[in-house]
Amino acid sequence: MTENRSTNFEELRHLLSDRAVSGETVVLNMGPQHPATHGVLRVLIELDGETLVNAIPDIGFLHTGVEKEIENKTYQKSEVLTDRLDYMNPIGNNLAYCLAVEKLVELDVPPRAQAIRVILAELTRLSSHLLWLGTTGLDLGAISPFLYTMREREALLDIFELCSGARMMTTYIRPGGVWRDVPGEFEGAVKNILATFPKRIDEYERLLTKNILFLDRTSKIGLITTEDCYHYGITGPVLRATGIKHDLRKAQPYSGYEQYDFDIPTETTGDVLGRYRVRVAEMRQSLRIVDQALKQMPGGPVNSSNRKFVPPPRSELGESMEALIHHFKLWTEGFPAPKGSVYVAVESPRGELGVFLEGDGGPKPYRCHYRTPSFANLQTLPLMVKGRFMADIVAIIASIDIVLGDCDR
Amino acid sequence: MGIEQKAGNLGIVTTTLEDVVNWSRYNSMWPMLFGLACCAIEMMSTQASSYDLSRFGMELNRASPRQADLMFVAGRVTRKMAPVLRQLYDQMPAPKWVIAMGDCASCGGVFNNYAVVQGVDEIVPVDVYVAGCPPRPEALIHGVMALHEKVRHEKLAKWA
Amino acid sequence: MNDHIQRAVRVLSERFKAEKREFREQVTLVLTPETLNEAVRVLRDELNFNMMMDVTAVDYLGEEPRFNVVYQFYSLEKNARLSLRVPVESLNPHLKTIEDVFPGANWYEREVMDMFGIIFDGHSDPRRIIMPADWQGHPLRKDYPLGYEEVQFTFNFDEIDLRKPKGKE
Repeated sequence: MTENRSTNFEELRHLLSDRAVSGETVVLNMGPQHPATHGVLRVLIELDGETLVNAIPDIGFLHTGVEKEIENKTYQKSEVLTDRLDYMNPIGNNLAYCLAVEKLVELDVPPRAQAIRVILAELTRLSSHLLWLGTTGLDLGAISPFLYTMREREALLDIFELCSGARMMTTYIRPGGVWRDVPGEFEGAVKNILATFPKRIDEYERLLTKNILFLDRTSKIGLITTEDCYHYGITGPVLRATGIKHDLRKAQPYSGYEQYDFDIPTETTGDVLGRYRVRVAEMRQSLRIVDQALKQMPGGPVNSSNRKFVPPPRSELGESMEALIHHFKLWTEGFPAPKGSVYVAVESPRGELGVFLEGDGGPKPYRCHYRTPSFANLQTLPLMVKGRFMADIVAIIASIDIVLGDCDR
Repeated sequence: MGIEQKAGNLGIVTTTLEDVVNWSRYNSMWPMLFGLACCAIEMMSTQASSYDLSRFGMELNRASPRQADLMFVAGRVTRKMAPVLRQLYDQMPAPKWVIAMGDCASCGGVFNNYAVVQGVDEIVPVDVYVAGCPPRPEALIHGVMALHEKVRHEKLAKWA
Repeated sequence: MNDHIQRAVRVLSERFKAEKREFREQVTLVLTPETLNEAVRVLRDELNFNMMMDVTAVDYLGEEPRFNVVYQFYSLEKNARLSLRVPVESLNPHLKTIEDVFPGANWYEREVMDMFGIIFDGHSDPRRIIMPADWQGHPLRKDYPLGYEEVQFTFNFDEIDLRKPKGKE
């Protein structure tokens, strides 16, 4: 009978230096339950006095078996599970999955649905960065930004609730479009956010960006070079803070992003402060995209009319026999996908979120693998902490912006 | 009775020991930070300004289990995390209460596979279950108030 | 962009006898386990695919070779994606690691080792990453059970209650 234990010191001996084995340096356990690790992450820190020699992350405490569970459900029903992977960005996960399914079965998406997807994805990016800002401030000792950003997030969660009924796990984006059209109050609520947010972001910058304590704790801490980013496959704000202007929304645009005009903020320092600045600038760019998408939003249907893949609206069920049959078949059996595999990537607030989906001719995915940015980015933790003080590891973990649901799946 | 008529303005209140102890316990429960997954974000929202948990006495979230008396199990408990959870529960000093927040902690939720424990009551005894995926902050507050009701009616024989 | 992928396909087909498959405008090259490490080195050094995005595996239970290890590569400058597939047999599945070419493959290969049981020769740290350290079995294989537990509804509440473990004080 296994006792489900986590790795102990003996098994890690080959990763720790000789000084740890002889007792000259101390190995501490920053355990799965800790106020400053963003979720259930365990880090084994090797300390020489106050200086860090090595930090070994131990993950898997939130492994939910989503990939195996998706293999047992049809394409539509397994979308519900995808929300809960990167729980700071549920709409982004849905979007990546739906884009992969649409590519696999070659399904079209009407332009109004694409615009709604872009607006919601950018608002989710905004809410994820707001929470990141709040918890980073909290970890470094600044409690006020946390309360302010949570207040802002309430306004965004109200919009998600307006569209779909749920605050966080919406499953609003479905293959072929979105679940239903946005209600009338949507435009007013989004315009309200566009009017009030820029001043709020200025407020957070006033609190933190020139704060001497914040600068001392984040400047030149957690350095990573561009070469290391390439070796480890790091994308997202961590890569952009080292000077590379790479964003999948510009490089390989999806869902109509090529129509909108926005910048990709970069910094050259590669440290915690650079990543902070990149994310704050990204928040402003997200507002720009939402503004343009709202103004340019076309009319028309929000779902593909291909009834083999998209269920008909409920109003048709009472009138049309074909609609009833399609509805029945789609919800009991699901739609078949061809044999073959696709890999589709979107830009999540953490980096490149990719979905590898393989179909086998049946209604259930044969294999669905999520290439998550937190898994790749967390590998660089040992590189970033060498030679720093113990108090810096909190700032470094916060700046990588990991979400353990994303990392462990 | 008589003493109240004579000493009413001196600021003396008579009550039972049970009432006083229970009142002090439920009005200042300190939660332990045990946010695991998505429900932790809603727990943080409940703690923040819009739905303030500190009006229920839960201003401080203690990271150390030795200093906490309420554990919100917020999120899915996996098999790797289960021994850690039990160890933390054992480290909490009595009196302690557990609120299973969310569907995953109550019964396994959306997930039913090799990796997720189907309900945290397989590991620790639970006092209140709050349903939702994730539960709205108002639902969590309702669960907290239900726990307060439960503690208010605890009997002397149980804890003395 | 497309010509860069075509050039990569040409180079790898000539030198390593890679077989090309194209599906939904995405190109996959199938290699053998022996040629993988050098092919990846060529991709990184000569063909400018400088980022390795993903390593995962697919289990085709019932077919030989049983596993297919899938690699995703991305070239930042040329903005091109390429994926590689390597079939691995089911009895004693072994593959040489690409950690010396891309250090980022460390955790990805550990995950494949953990979930599928494919052993990567030369890996610096071959231990489980996602499952507990003493777990038996490889969960993502097709013959590993899902672990579905019967749901406790009202009609079977009592009989499941008898055998469900309960946490004690």
